[in-house]
Amino acid sequence: MIEGILIGLTTALTFQNILMVMVGCFFGTIIGMLPGLGPMTAIALMIPITYGFDPATGLILMAGVYYGAVFGGSTSSILLNAPGVPGTVATSFDGYPMAQQGKAGKALAIAAWSSFAGGTLSAIYLLFMAPSLSKVSLSFRSPDYFALMILGLTAIAAFSSKGQFLKAMMMVVLGLMLASVGQDSLSDITRFTFNNMNLTDGISFVLVVMATFAMSEALTIILKRNDPTSAAKQVSLTELGSIKINKEERSKMYKTIPRSSVIGFLIGVLPGAGATIASFLAYGMERNVVSDEEKEKFGKGSVNGLSAPETANNAACSGSFVPMLTLGIPGSGTTAVMLGALLGFGVQPGPRLYMTNPEIFWSIIMSMYIGMVILLILNLPLIPYIARILAVPKNYLIPLILFFSVTGIYVMSFNNFDIYLMIGIAVVATFLRLYDFPMPPLILAFVLGGLMEENLRRSLLLSNGSWEFLWDRTLTTCILATTILIVVWHIYKTFKRKN
Amino acid sequence: MNINTTKIISLLFFIFSAFYLYTAYQIQVFAFDENAPFNARTFPIYLGYAGLFFSGLKLILPDPNTIKVEHKSLEYKKTGILILIAIIYGATILKVGYFLTTSLFLFASYYFLGERRWILMFLLSFPFVAAFMYLLHGILDIYLRDPFLQSIGVMG
Repeated sequence: MIEGILIGLTTALTFQNILMVMVGCFFGTIIGMLPGLGPMTAIALMIPITYGFDPATGLILMAGVYYGAVFGGSTSSILLNAPGVPGTVATSFDGYPMAQQGKAGKALAIAAWSSFAGGTLSAIYLLFMAPSLSKVSLSFRSPDYFALMILGLTAIAAFSSKGQFLKAMMMVVLGLMLASVGQDSLSDITRFTFNNMNLTDGISFVLVVMATFAMSEALTIILKRNDPTSAAKQVSLTELGSIKINKEERSKMYKTIPRSSVIGFLIGVLPGAGATIASFLAYGMERNVVSDEEKEKFGKGSVNGLSAPETANNAACSGSFVPMLTLGIPGSGTTAVMLGALLGFGVQPGPRLYMTNPEIFWSIIMSMYIGMVILLILNLPLIPYIARILAVPKNYLIPLILFFSVTGIYVMSFNNFDIYLMIGIAVVATFLRLYDFPMPPLILAFVLGGLMEENLRRSLLLSNGSWEFLWDRTLTTCILATTILIVVWHIYKTFKRKN
Repeated sequence: MNINTTKIISLLFFIFSAFYLYTAYQIQVFAFDENAPFNARTFPIYLGYAGLFFSGLKLILPDPNTIKVEHKSLEYKKTGILILIAIIYGATILKVGYFLTTSLFLFASYYFLGERRWILMFLLSFPFVAAFMYLLHGILDIYLRDPFLQSIGVMG
């Protein structure tokens, strides 16, 4: 492991990669502060820029954007009660009341230190857990992978939008259907191309991400007459006050951070869960474990109440890398985008990544820590200035998002069919978003489609067409049982709500 | 059964899944693969049935979280214009080239979104695209074909 850490440090500490972490954190913070534009959009917009980089640098940049976006979301939660990303909703419960009491600077400092500590601790957990998990996952067979993918898709459908399980499952199926377009990987038979040569290689992953996130979000902002930059304009006018944290507040944080980082990391590892669930759980747990006197302060500006979700959401970000790096199966929409980008680089994440591309594996882990340090340095003193940059009118912001989306597709294929296809998918996605059809399940399904078919094919061929492979191995059965539990739990909750 | 837009979307998805399933059955596989436990049409067929199942359930089951969208408050005109600009962009980029088409695309988008600060609009279109093009073409070595710049001798 020491050798791996050294390889990671050597790669992550090159001038280019440090610069990429800084650019990623900065850009992510900006996008994260804009309500409606989350980490997935930020990462999607970065994909065309990463074409010219090596895989490690590209992924380091995207990871920086991810942490930056989560922290940027906290800033607008604390200062304006307008969370930029869902993972920072719980931050506003105590962060915003603190800001209203004239302690905005302190709230931002607590959030920054908690994020830093949460991210750092989870990077350490990842450091120890990922190599061992990689070794364990080498024993996984096709039926286990197939079951794990079913679990991931069901979990993301269950957790991504409250009370919209069926809609999310429809999006999962749509994502898988889109992934089935083009040549069959084994027989080279073309499917669903309708004699169109442009579809023979299938639909590009970048195209689907750009259409369903970047372009569709830009169209939604115009359609709903939203102004995401109005929040930023207010942030730049807010008086922050002192950013010093006193001894009593520090001692509270020392207790909160370790337990919240464990919850955050473990929730992040689970497929489909992620920063939002992690932050709410950590907030709830913290409220249960503190003294009665401290419990009274929750919702009114509690240090524990602010520190817990902030620690957990950053820890969950690192945790969500575990299934992607060790199993090659992304646990969240954001890591699905990264997985797609890695596949585009010709790198297949999974248990063998640890052996075949150790520099990528370790440099991502090491860059997480470097990213946390940079976020801390960047966010505390620079927040008001970043907010001022953000006060760009939406009349400029929207065309620029469209520009990056269209350029991203054009430089990839140099044909206009892809531009038309992207516009078509973006229009459909915008309409579906209006009626609360979630997009992350579609992306995850699109990324996993090919792998899922491959593993199902292998399992069915090995068992002579029998579906017995689903209960032949204990591991497969356990994973499928968990999937069934999630579905049953959702049905139960729906009936309970109705009654 | 209460008919709302979500139900109509589910119905459309049901029809789409039925069409997908029909097309999946039409996929031509090799003769020796016809009766294999898994061939090129197996997975799409499962997907077709899954689409019918979930959209069918959404159609039949009552919808406790009905989403109501105020269509009058939506900005259809500007959204439509932006989409049209993007389509025109797609239609002209290969013939005219990246630089001019993208700059005009940005300029037109700013204009139709209500911007009238001409100098800023110009700076954030033509020089901005030139700088971005330099980043892609000059620094990152990503080739960008541009007949317009080639015709005026800027690009080789």
